[in-house]
Amino acid sequence: MTVLVLEGLSVRYGAVEAVRDLSLEVKPGEIVGLIGPNGAGKSSTLHAIMGAAPVAGGNVSLGGSSLVGRRSEDVARSGIALVPEGRRIFGELSVEENLRLGLAARRSRTGADAAIERAYELFPIVRDFRGRAAGALSGGQQQQLAIARALVAEPDVLLLDEPSLGLAPKIVDVVFDALTAIRDAGLAVLLVEQRAQRTVALADRSHVLANGELRLTLGPGDADDTEKLVGAYFS
Amino acid sequence: MTLAVLNISYQTLADALALGGIYALMAVGIGLVFGVLRLVNFAYGQLVMAGAFALALASEWNWPVWAGILLCFAVVLALSVLMDRLVFRPLRTQSPAVMLVATFAVAFLLQSIALLWFGSLGKIAASLAPLNRPWQISGVDIRKISIVAVLVAAACLVLLQLLLERTSVGLQMRAASMDFRTARMLGVRANRVIGGAVLLSGLLAAVVAVMLTVQNPLVTPDFALRDTIVVLAGVVLGGLNRPVAATLGGFAIGFASGLLGGALPTAQSQYLPTFLFAAVILVLLVRPNGLFTRDRGSVERV
Repeated sequence: MTVLVLEGLSVRYGAVEAVRDLSLEVKPGEIVGLIGPNGAGKSSTLHAIMGAAPVAGGNVSLGGSSLVGRRSEDVARSGIALVPEGRRIFGELSVEENLRLGLAARRSRTGADAAIERAYELFPIVRDFRGRAAGALSGGQQQQLAIARALVAEPDVLLLDEPSLGLAPKIVDVVFDALTAIRDAGLAVLLVEQRAQRTVALADRSHVLANGELRLTLGPGDADDTEKLVGAYFS
Repeated sequence: MTLAVLNISYQTLADALALGGIYALMAVGIGLVFGVLRLVNFAYGQLVMAGAFALALASEWNWPVWAGILLCFAVVLALSVLMDRLVFRPLRTQSPAVMLVATFAVAFLLQSIALLWFGSLGKIAASLAPLNRPWQISGVDIRKISIVAVLVAAACLVLLQLLLERTSVGLQMRAASMDFRTARMLGVRANRVIGGAVLLSGLLAAVVAVMLTVQNPLVTPDFALRDTIVVLAGVVLGGLNRPVAATLGGFAIGFASGLLGGALPTAQSQYLPTFLFAAVILVLLVRPNGLFTRDRGSVERV
């Protein structure tokens, strides 16, 4: 089973410790939430997994083999796809070109066109705009494109960095519904979010990160327990 | 025969177009590496110089023309790859200032090696001299090389465009030049993309070496040095970080250089670079982002 495991992960930028001793795991077919206030270390965690942030201690492994020290492109090619914060779409390339870029991390030489078709089916809006410059799309459309781009690589693990940032509630619905479908298709999903309540309600379990440390783990049943949520953020 | 209005002969016009084409290729060569490495390779002219010396040696050894051209390509490509492996890649994580100084150092090193090896008098690359003879086009004599240079430059640019637009490697190179970090997180191999850019850049330098030696068969250690500086000015003028704009800048300054070179009385043509650089400075004062860019975005510091 390709389980993503973080064991005692520490991320340090020079003298600043962004993440301290974080342990969690994400199994196929589940959504794990990582929530917390700004600067809690959530993005740093995702970047450390992708080999884009300096790991000061601990381990990150996928299916048993360690990812620490590997180049970003090699991590991507081992089956982990990141949907970055702010989408990071290539605005001057067309929507279809953006999608095709995601194919770079594919592990199989065949089936690229089928993967693109599946992405179009999940996000019809991306198909509608395939010829346009990606920069012309709205924030919500770009977010869908960013997720589609990650999916065409057919990864085992999907990491999302605040996908609901700046999106209207209706579009957040679209995105979160897609995440449910992605989970049901068997992927392991690690969802970093600031929108605590929606994430806690969606995910199989949610970890609260504050000041780089894991404070609390919540289940979907805690979604309406505002006291618990607020307490976790400010403890 | 002259174009009465501007007192410029058709030969001068053809020369200007040819020089514009050659400079456009150099601009692309420099731009490709800048795009993926954010590094201006000041040693680019030395790559052309090395190719020209290869042609000169082949000429001296009485090799057939095609063999000389092959040697030229082989030398330039090998040197490009060496430059990348030994200098660019190890310094990739350093500050832009360090990388800049490094390419200056490489430029001086290569020039010094050429000086020691070939002496300051240089060598003659005579193999393609026949291209200096003219074609007759409706009563007007135009040197073959002028037309060949324009056609070759156009063909190279078209091929390059096809490569960038139609292949996955080209797509990855374009994406890497826009946002390398994100491209890598999508699985784009950094070394592959950089290697590809370096290779293409080298190929273009070799093509330029072949074409420049026709009109300037005397190859000295500072061969193409002045051309590189002019091209760099043109690239900055056009807009360094926008590929099409940079190419247009290279073409424009080459074209202007060719026209002025032909139109100015010989005694004053030594001031040509001065005129050009003065014009470049003037333009940059008015439009710091370059002539051919549309957005008034942030100016990149080089």
